[in-house]
Amino acid sequence: SFSREAQLFVEKFEGALGKGKGKKFYAYKVMMTKKWMKFQRDFENFKTACIPWEMKIKEIESHFGSSVASYFIFLRWMYGINMILFGLTFGLVMVPEALMGKPYGSLPRKTVPRAEEASAMNFATLWDFSGFAQYSVLFYGYYNNQRTIGWLKFRMPLSYFLVGVGTIGYSFMIVIRTMARNANEEGGGDDTSFNFSWKMFTSWDYLIGNPETADNKFASITTSFKEAIVEEQESRKEENIHLTRFLRVLANFLALCTLAGSGYLIFFVVRRSQKFALEGLENYGWWERNEVNMVMSLLGMFCPTLFDVISSLENYHPRIALRWQLGRIFALFLGNLYTFIIALMDEINLKASYLLPFIIFNMHLEEEKIVKYNMTIWEASLYNGTIPENSTAPPIQVDPADVPRGPCWETMVGQEFVRLTVSDTMTTYITILIGDFLRAVFVRFFNYCWCWDLEYGFPSYSEFDISGNVLGLIFNQGMIWMGSFYAPCLPAINVFRLHTSMYLQCWAVMCCNVPQERVFKASRSNNFYMAMLLFILFLSTLPAVYTIVSIPPSFDCGPFSGKTRMFEVISETLEHDFPSWFGKVFGYASNPGLVLPFILLMVLSIYYLNATSKSYKEANLELKKKLQSVRNSKLL
Amino acid sequence: TGEAEAARAAMGGSASLLPRELLREYQELTFLSKQEILLAYKRFSELLPKEERENACSARVPKSQILTLPELRANPFQHQICRVFSTSDNGDHSMSFEDFLDMLSVFSDSATSDVKSHYAFRIFDFDDDGTLDRKDLEKLVNCLTGQGEESRLSNAEMEQLIQNILEESDIDKDGTINLSEFQHVVSRSPDFARYSVLQ
Repeated sequence: SFSREAQLFVEKFEGALGKGKGKKFYAYKVMMTKKWMKFQRDFENFKTACIPWEMKIKEIESHFGSSVASYFIFLRWMYGINMILFGLTFGLVMVPEALMGKPYGSLPRKTVPRAEEASAMNFATLWDFSGFAQYSVLFYGYYNNQRTIGWLKFRMPLSYFLVGVGTIGYSFMIVIRTMARNANEEGGGDDTSFNFSWKMFTSWDYLIGNPETADNKFASITTSFKEAIVEEQESRKEENIHLTRFLRVLANFLALCTLAGSGYLIFFVVRRSQKFALEGLENYGWWERNEVNMVMSLLGMFCPTLFDVISSLENYHPRIALRWQLGRIFALFLGNLYTFIIALMDEINLKASYLLPFIIFNMHLEEEKIVKYNMTIWEASLYNGTIPENSTAPPIQVDPADVPRGPCWETMVGQEFVRLTVSDTMTTYITILIGDFLRAVFVRFFNYCWCWDLEYGFPSYSEFDISGNVLGLIFNQGMIWMGSFYAPCLPAINVFRLHTSMYLQCWAVMCCNVPQERVFKASRSNNFYMAMLLFILFLSTLPAVYTIVSIPPSFDCGPFSGKTRMFEVISETLEHDFPSWFGKVFGYASNPGLVLPFILLMVLSIYYLNATSKSYKEANLELKKKLQSVRNSKLL
Repeated sequence: TGEAEAARAAMGGSASLLPRELLREYQELTFLSKQEILLAYKRFSELLPKEERENACSARVPKSQILTLPELRANPFQHQICRVFSTSDNGDHSMSFEDFLDMLSVFSDSATSDVKSHYAFRIFDFDDDGTLDRKDLEKLVNCLTGQGEESRLSNAEMEQLIQNILEESDIDKDGTINLSEFQHVVSRSPDFARYSVLQ
């Protein structure tokens, strides 16, 4: 019977042994399997090669650790989002208006006014985004309020509105989806029972044949060892709990003092500048004139360093310390902004800063009334003194450049955002060049003729400032979200900025920075950055949503001119473009009696999904524990 | 004759070729396919000086020549690999064609993880005493962190690292890692399948 079993075994694996009838087919099968595996490997390689900047980021990761690399991965992800936003605004707003809308010069809103014509083409004007740049598809004011344009009957105002709302909606969706995906990965986790051993025995890649790649691999292995050692040290730290708690409370108190101090300083300086303004700015020098800007910039530069020093008291894991740092700097910027606005508002005897939009727009409405009155007077002057009682008098041809214009606050707001973005970009690049590159050059070449060792003492090479850069990126994106409704060119500018920023910063990091003393592993998910981004997204879309719903658009410019509210374009579309029953259905659907139960249903389903996901997570953990105990018992 | 012609064609018409029986024998004894063996033969003969290429099967290639292969050139374990696979009696770590095939077979995709982990253990065992003790682990870490002074770990870090490794993998707590402990650790690693070379 044993030989019978052996015979069966041999028959079964005949093909594998290279004998018998199944030999050729088996050989063919093996060859196809090998070819298929090779194809899969090549395809994986191709897919990885398609990811932009992957090699650069891997190189940075191997030299500087995963926390610095996580900034660049975040930057790349933002670039992807901005590309989509750019595609939407460019393809659905700027291109149709440029191709099918009325050309430059045909309407008053599309023409540079006579008074500004002389300087409209100067570089200085264009850099400031006035002149020809202002009267172009780049800004809100250029767009005409015609319901359809061109032979395609493209609904321009509707498209503008939907793209504006769509960019906000898309951004929310993608941020939340990324957070959910990251949370999944974190929850899944992996087996860390043989962390160090695996790093030791299996981390070398035997396919490496190039010495430079080998160098990178060495650096990456060393960094990964060091990260793992830091993690281990942190988890084993013996803490004197009371001393640590006391020190942490003290550090938080100091941080609060710093925040309060900076707020008070801004308040004081704004008041002083208002006093100077009252007395006439000519009496004062450069410092007094720019005091507020300078103080705010200096605070923004020095307070983060102060927070860094304070955080050394707290003795946290470097990853947690980074989060505290980010949170404090965030609070600093918001607090400064808030204090600034309050200080201004105090002048007008209003204690609440949220009334600022009301003030501005009330002033604007008054201005509009004045301009409308002036325009009727000007039209009357064209008819030689007689104000037409009816509209049967033939219109007189006037060059659009000469027509008096109404104020266009949307374009002004858009311009401000664009200028802010451009100056922010310039500041960042100059800071990198001076603060990192020139400093590195100085340390490197003056070290030979200096009294103390520049490389190890002061100033030494700079480290990559993760928190500053991440916050800069997040706030910049907030600006883009706030302003892209008023200036469709903003996503395009931001795409360009992020693209150049990636190359410049990658170069600067590899060339001028040194790795931190303690490289720590970034948390596997980037959920902390995502949470801040979500918060900023929410804050930045509030103004745009508010203006869409409550503020009347300018009467003389933009795709919504003539309407009382911007969202009326939706009801207009429903009236004209959809069958009448659709409008009725929509009317019923927007009835509060229907909307409230719907909202209730959504809240309940959120609660239900939350509860089920919690129970899944628990079941998952139980299974993992069981696996572990089975494995351990097998070993013993 | 068909197979002999195929062998000749694979080598671009050079005069030397691998006898058919040897080819079949090699196929059965190693994890390599026919094309891989022929490719290996070609590369092996390229390492030999011209006169010796006729008898490639029985010639031995000195270690310095083997280390010029691109895959081994950048490998931190190059010396160990040569030592483990070489069957030379006089300790010069030269490799014959069969040693070469042995090496390729262990590193190929089709080799089982048992075989791979066995050889990996021998490669990491610098003093060849059958266990990985502290000195072996230290040498291993130094190989992995490269030759530069800045990239080496400090003594404290090294101590910590080896301590952790022994805690994780040394199950019988004798201060060394033997073959079965090594195989146990490595078989659970997600990366172990990437032990392949000379594609």
